[in-house]
Amino acid sequence: MGLLMARMTYLEAGRRALIEEMRRDAAVWALGEDLGRGGVFGQYRGLQEMFGAARIADTPISEACILGAAVGAAMTGTRPVVEMRFSDFALCAVDELVNQAAKARYMFGGQTRVPLVVREPVGMWRSSAAQHSQSLEAWYAHVPGLVVVCPATPADALGLMKSAIRSDDPVVFMEHKNLWALEGELPEGEHLVEIGRAETVRAGRDVTLVTWSAMRHTCLASAEALAGEGIEAEVIDLRALWPWDRDAVLASVERTRRLVVAHEAVAVAGFGAEVAATVAEALHHRLKAPVRRLGAPRIPIAYAPPLEDEVRVRAEQIATTVRAMCMPAPAG
Amino acid sequence: MKTTANLDLPRMQALHAMMWRIRAFEEAAIAAQRQGLVLGAIHPSIGQEAVAAGICANLATDDLLLSTHRGHGHTLAKGADARAMMRELFGRAGGTCGGKGGSMHIADFGVGMLGANGVVGANIPIAVGAAQALKLRGSGAIVACIFGDGAINRGPFLEGLNWARVFDLPVLFVCEDNGFSATTRTRDLTGGPGAAARAESLGIPARSLDGNDLIALDTAARDAIAGVRSGGGPRFLHCRTYRISGHTAVDPATYRTEEEVEDWRRGCPIDRLAGALELAGVEPAALEAARREAEAEMAAALDEARAADWPATALAFADVQDAGDPREWAF
Ligand SMILES: Cc1ncc(C[n+]2csc(CCOP(=O)(O)OP(=O)(O)O)c2C)c(N)n1
Repeated sequence: MGLLMARMTYLEAGRRALIEEMRRDAAVWALGEDLGRGGVFGQYRGLQEMFGAARIADTPISEACILGAAVGAAMTGTRPVVEMRFSDFALCAVDELVNQAAKARYMFGGQTRVPLVVREPVGMWRSSAAQHSQSLEAWYAHVPGLVVVCPATPADALGLMKSAIRSDDPVVFMEHKNLWALEGELPEGEHLVEIGRAETVRAGRDVTLVTWSAMRHTCLASAEALAGEGIEAEVIDLRALWPWDRDAVLASVERTRRLVVAHEAVAVAGFGAEVAATVAEALHHRLKAPVRRLGAPRIPIAYAPPLEDEVRVRAEQIATTVRAMCMPAPAG
Repeated sequence: MKTTANLDLPRMQALHAMMWRIRAFEEAAIAAQRQGLVLGAIHPSIGQEAVAAGICANLATDDLLLSTHRGHGHTLAKGADARAMMRELFGRAGGTCGGKGGSMHIADFGVGMLGANGVVGANIPIAVGAAQALKLRGSGAIVACIFGDGAINRGPFLEGLNWARVFDLPVLFVCEDNGFSATTRTRDLTGGPGAAARAESLGIPARSLDGNDLIALDTAARDAIAGVRSGGGPRFLHCRTYRISGHTAVDPATYRTEEEVEDWRRGCPIDRLAGALELAGVEPAALEAARREAEAEMAAALDEARAADWPATALAFADVQDAGDPREWAF
């Protein structure tokens, strides 16, 4: 396959990953609501025709059972890919994910594995309001046993999804709804991305911007603006929050001596806190400025765009933060 | 017991012996808990042994079983080794889960026992998913899922039963109705006519029966499982029984009268089957020997567990997940 896969959308890349893995491995199957009609966003378009209704399974609106069944199926020799529609609905299946999927291997003393992928579309998108917009990746990063992946580009949507499906761990795969239409270049041939390896998207000497998911693009825009002012920001897309690429972040901050972590999720107890604390613990003496975190205020996400915007971390805000960090310390 | 005429005596004697093994295992575990050797909570099933024995006797080794927090009997009857189980309750090396799970997470995948569960009702979705995987893989095996009467008031019960029906999955649901949701009577918490009616309302053939009558239960399980195996989709058995022991080994169970418990003790499934077997001509001495053998087996299991080592502490970090070595993230 895949001789000429030049440009593709983020959505199409995820679809492509599933097709490739379902062709490669008969144990891979997908389940979720409305998959036979392509899924709510079209990520499954045509797949039921391709693979049949047993392997692209239309389920009742039973999130607990969707995920619980995937746990049982994963322990019984298959590799289910679970569609949760919106990450917010996955909250109806937290027991199945946190108490069952994440724990089974450990509490049964290694007798089993739970190789499932749960796709949880996250993030703000078209005035979706409080129950369809959340970014709760930090919750899952907190749970031993889970892997958390947050792709930001079509190439990563493809390569990380394929790796997630091949992983023997339960993987929470968080696609950002605002990226579905994003186009990007895809490498030719089989493309796998290792889970837990960050990508340095832009090199820079003055400050390290650590980010993931859609915020990667905001950080890049900010870095471009700062470059015009002579400030060179290094942008690191973690791509996975568990395991996260601590070595890449520490190596970068060791050089730049300044760190900003930016994410769409609520800043309080967000994963940025973990990154910031890790850098502070390891490199406090090297830092030229206090570590900064940029995330949402601790308020639900509103419907009206001006209110929704109050939650959004904008490129200008990142740039302002970086400028302040790079200013020479006032005398005295 | 009604009919003793056509009893398969060797089979029934084996089931009688299995019930004694379950009883003896749990009595040994309760005693060990009093000595501080069994550590976490245990939920004995004393008085409910017929359900475990009767259902599991009709399963093949490659059939799968999902159980509950009250799962010792189910696990033993599915074929797990009592010594490894006792070590698990002691939290020792060589336990079925290497000492990582304890009573509430006991599992033996080698005999198709896919786990007790510390979350009421959580085993139901897992069971239907296991059945879906068997079906996808073209396996002829089936799944049995045992849960308590309390579980029928949780959402996963509705979701899981409906799921098994719409996907026509090879699952036998067994509601092991001991009358209590922990320490409260389930009938005071349950709307409508109960478990079997709920299953039927979802299109699943259901039967309600005396869960302390092992002979009847064996037949009912056989028939229901034959229906499941023939591709007819799920079946449901509602087995009425009674928990003579407390909710946990330390529950004094003051929420019921001594007379009530005494009544059920007289209706104990082991004695009832023994009575039927005697009537059919089995020597009382043979029945008594089954009890003694079970008690000797479990006494030996206790001794072994007591002598067993703790798991190596390094194992605390093993089998978390493949991605990200937790040793590198310890503070
Ligand atoms: C979801 C959930 N809620 C509460 C509990 C606490 N709890 C443990 S056992 C139990 C009673 C369950 O009753 P039933 O399902 O009838 O099983 P039984 O204990 O009678 O065997 C409860 C409430 C739990 N383990 N899981």
